[in-house]
Amino acid sequence: MDLLRFSTAGSVDDGKSTLIGRLLFDSKGVFEDQLEAAERSTVNRSAGPIDLSLLTDGLRAEREQGITIDVAYRYFATPKRKFIIADTPGHEQYTRNMATGASTADLAIILIDARYGALVQSRRHTIIASLLRIPQIVIAVNKMDLVGFSQARFDEIQRDFKPFVDQMGFTGVQWIPLSALSGDNVVTPSAVAPWYTGPSLLEHLETVEIAPIDVRDDFRFPVQFVIRPNLNFRGFAGLLAAGTLKVGDEVLALPAGTRSKVKQIHTHDADLAVVSAPRCVTVLLEDEIDVSRGDMLVHPQRMPWVKRDFDARLVWMDATPLDVTRPYLIKHTTRTVRVKIAQLLYRIDTNTLEHVPATTQQLNEISRVRISAAQALYLDSYDANRTTGSFILIDPLTNATVAAGMVVADQPGEDQGVATLSRIDRAAREAHNGHRAQAILLAGTSRDAQSQFAHALETRLFHRGAQVLVLDSESAKGDVAVLTATVRLLLGAGLVALIDLPLDKRAERDALRRSLGADDVVEMLIEAPEFTANSDFQRPVLADCTIGLRRGGLDAATAQAVTWLADHGLFGTHRVVSPGAGI
Amino acid sequence: MESFAQNPSQLHAQSHLQALEDESIFIMREVAAEFERPCLLFSGGKDSIVMLRLAEKAFRPGKFPFPLMHIDTGHNFPEVIAFRDYRAAQLGERLIVRSVEDSIKAGRIVERPGQDNSRNRMQIPTLLDGIAEFRFDAVFGGARRDEEKARAKERIYSFRDSHGQWDPKNQRPELWNLYNGRIHKGEHIRVFPISNWTELDIWQYIATEQLEIPSIYYAHRRPIVIRNGLVLPISDLLPALPDETVEERTVRFRTVGDATCTACVESPAATPWQVIEETAVTRITERGATRVDDKVSEASMEDRKRAGYF
Ligand SMILES: Nc1nc2c(ncn2[C@@H]2O[C@H](COP(=O)(O)OP(=O)(O)OP(=O)(O)O)[C@@H](O)[C@H]2O)c(=O)[nH]1
Ligand SMILES: [Mg+2]
Repeated sequence: MDLLRFSTAGSVDDGKSTLIGRLLFDSKGVFEDQLEAAERSTVNRSAGPIDLSLLTDGLRAEREQGITIDVAYRYFATPKRKFIIADTPGHEQYTRNMATGASTADLAIILIDARYGALVQSRRHTIIASLLRIPQIVIAVNKMDLVGFSQARFDEIQRDFKPFVDQMGFTGVQWIPLSALSGDNVVTPSAVAPWYTGPSLLEHLETVEIAPIDVRDDFRFPVQFVIRPNLNFRGFAGLLAAGTLKVGDEVLALPAGTRSKVKQIHTHDADLAVVSAPRCVTVLLEDEIDVSRGDMLVHPQRMPWVKRDFDARLVWMDATPLDVTRPYLIKHTTRTVRVKIAQLLYRIDTNTLEHVPATTQQLNEISRVRISAAQALYLDSYDANRTTGSFILIDPLTNATVAAGMVVADQPGEDQGVATLSRIDRAAREAHNGHRAQAILLAGTSRDAQSQFAHALETRLFHRGAQVLVLDSESAKGDVAVLTATVRLLLGAGLVALIDLPLDKRAERDALRRSLGADDVVEMLIEAPEFTANSDFQRPVLADCTIGLRRGGLDAATAQAVTWLADHGLFGTHRVVSPGAGI
Repeated sequence: MESFAQNPSQLHAQSHLQALEDESIFIMREVAAEFERPCLLFSGGKDSIVMLRLAEKAFRPGKFPFPLMHIDTGHNFPEVIAFRDYRAAQLGERLIVRSVEDSIKAGRIVERPGQDNSRNRMQIPTLLDGIAEFRFDAVFGGARRDEEKARAKERIYSFRDSHGQWDPKNQRPELWNLYNGRIHKGEHIRVFPISNWTELDIWQYIATEQLEIPSIYYAHRRPIVIRNGLVLPISDLLPALPDETVEERTVRFRTVGDATCTACVESPAATPWQVIEETAVTRITERGATRVDDKVSEASMEDRKRAGYF
């Protein structure tokens, strides 16, 4: 039977614990003595006969204060699936505990109080769920009983919050109106909300597809422990983090760089001929090569990044803010080494998703940083591999876990292209030019209108004093690497690059976004219905701004574009915001 | 609730047990690699028996990189103590026993007759003394989160200060499987590799792994009394009260804790598969059915853990 791990999220008092209580209660997942204890309890904050939140709020302080402080883990099973639930706190102060519960989840239920709609904390938790790449989310609009199960109210909340959620890149999003108090749509479909025809929460949990989380399956084996009982057995024990390993496979040991072949894949039960992640095994090699804890076995052709300097997103989890002058310890796979935060690149405003310049990072804040480690780490992006892309930071003095980190896909200086020898850096050029270096991806509903617009915008920006250049993406002949390398070169030179890309070149758009860094790219949709023969074009989801273009209206359209760019900091110190890949 | 097939081969196919096993093995190896002096608390009970099997899976063909330790409360079921010694010898691993009786004799613990008769709380100083004596920096416990509401809140690596205390309001964040085991001198970590296992998982594992466990986990005849709705085994340690009638019934134990306050349940289940069938449909938790002391207050477990209990 398969196992679904899910966690709750949302603002304080939205009803997360009550919902879990209701789910357990109605699916017969509560034991009689647990129920009795809840009934006997001296507190009951609910309007019902039993306060179902007491089934998970197990600490004295939680009962006294009526809030959840730390994650509660609960277990239940139906004939279809087995579930591990992490009920997490909504209070801002305990966001790190929410992250703890969410880090291993396949699905997150984000609750919203039907009376208040999405609040700041709902957004923060949604961002964290997205950062952690939880593939599936449920947006549970709770307390529908208090708004008379009004469809209008549900629709209104959805209209307000959906654009934000849709930018987050979740694989699946299910919206469910429900009441944890009355049980409507929790286990059984609601009779009082006939307008909702989707599944109940439990039905959805039982049937939602658990997609493999890691997109890449390159073999990664961080060595955890060496088992060497005698001279004939020298096994490297660990958790196969990704990929498949067969007896006879050639492997490369990092950092030594030595190669050997797999002689035996040992488990206590039986030797295996082949094993796939995630499994704990002990690997024996043909040759006596030097391997110890913290090393990694990989396939020689499928190497991870071997890097000391890399970019990552960081969720700060300690009351003492980040201090860029201090050393920290990073624990990454089975390796712990000293690091410094070489650069705090920006902080993400969790309300607007804007990238804000920052000199420090406080509790619960999310940032992008450049990390410099004392020794090389063997990294993949978190998108590609949850294990080799994640890490924690530890304060070496207090031993506290101060941050959780995720390696980003767009590492500085990744792909080919001609290197520059320039000693003048981008920031200096930007200061000199009086504007940011910026890639602007144009997407037009009409190719013709788009290219007219590109030239007109170039001229207007140029007259405004910007160093700007239009790139003909088609001359790259579909070579994404060439295109990104060229754009990177232009950005390094402090220029504004206008990239005239056909609307359907989704792969190029994604690649540019990924490899250039979210803040370097902005997507501009040119909506020109009068130019378009057929109007059923595919609107790019990630467009940051939309410019309407009428016949003879190039001037007005480019003026609108320049205003938008200026408003979003092209000529100032703020980067242009691109919400889509912005977190 | 679920119903489970009796056919072992079907259970082998249950991927969730494999996932739980892998998680536990990973945790044990992580501790063995990162700590200087770990130890594993072994009581002879079913959860710690599962832990020993997991340790075999994690470290064989090597020896365990830690000794086993039992805090003998003096209130144990004899079958369990016999099994403890048998199993440790069978595995060829070192077993340390520290006893509450000795702590009492040495004046480390003062018995309070009539009050908290159980040795659940009284074993705390003996445990902390044992940890200090061997300078253990990591102690494996077989606690599960489904057992009790305070346990449901505890991290897998549970940080303990120099007094062995748990601070539930200030636990370290614990993301993914990146455990932070860094401590200062005198502090230690309690590690719970089977945190995410349920009672049913334990029984399924006992069945599929064909683990031997003390006989009292299966149906047997025993003199009992019914007190406060609990089925209490009558012995020298737990005499019947004057107004109670002692009867012989067919019972089994769901937990084998302190013999003065551990109840049994009426059951004909004589094999792991029969126990699994009962466990899958039971309406009462393991502790609710068997622990007299947990009913004392809403937070008795939390209070004990704050004081250093595991
Ligand atoms: N009317 C109504 N009240 C609800 C519903 N769900 C929860 N509540 C009440 O809302 C309050 C907060 O519920 P909790 O379940 O503790 O909220 P929570 O989201 O777990 O709170 P934190 O964990 O502290 O963030 C309690 O008084 C609940 O009884 C609902 O569907 N309808
Ligand atoms: Mg709660």
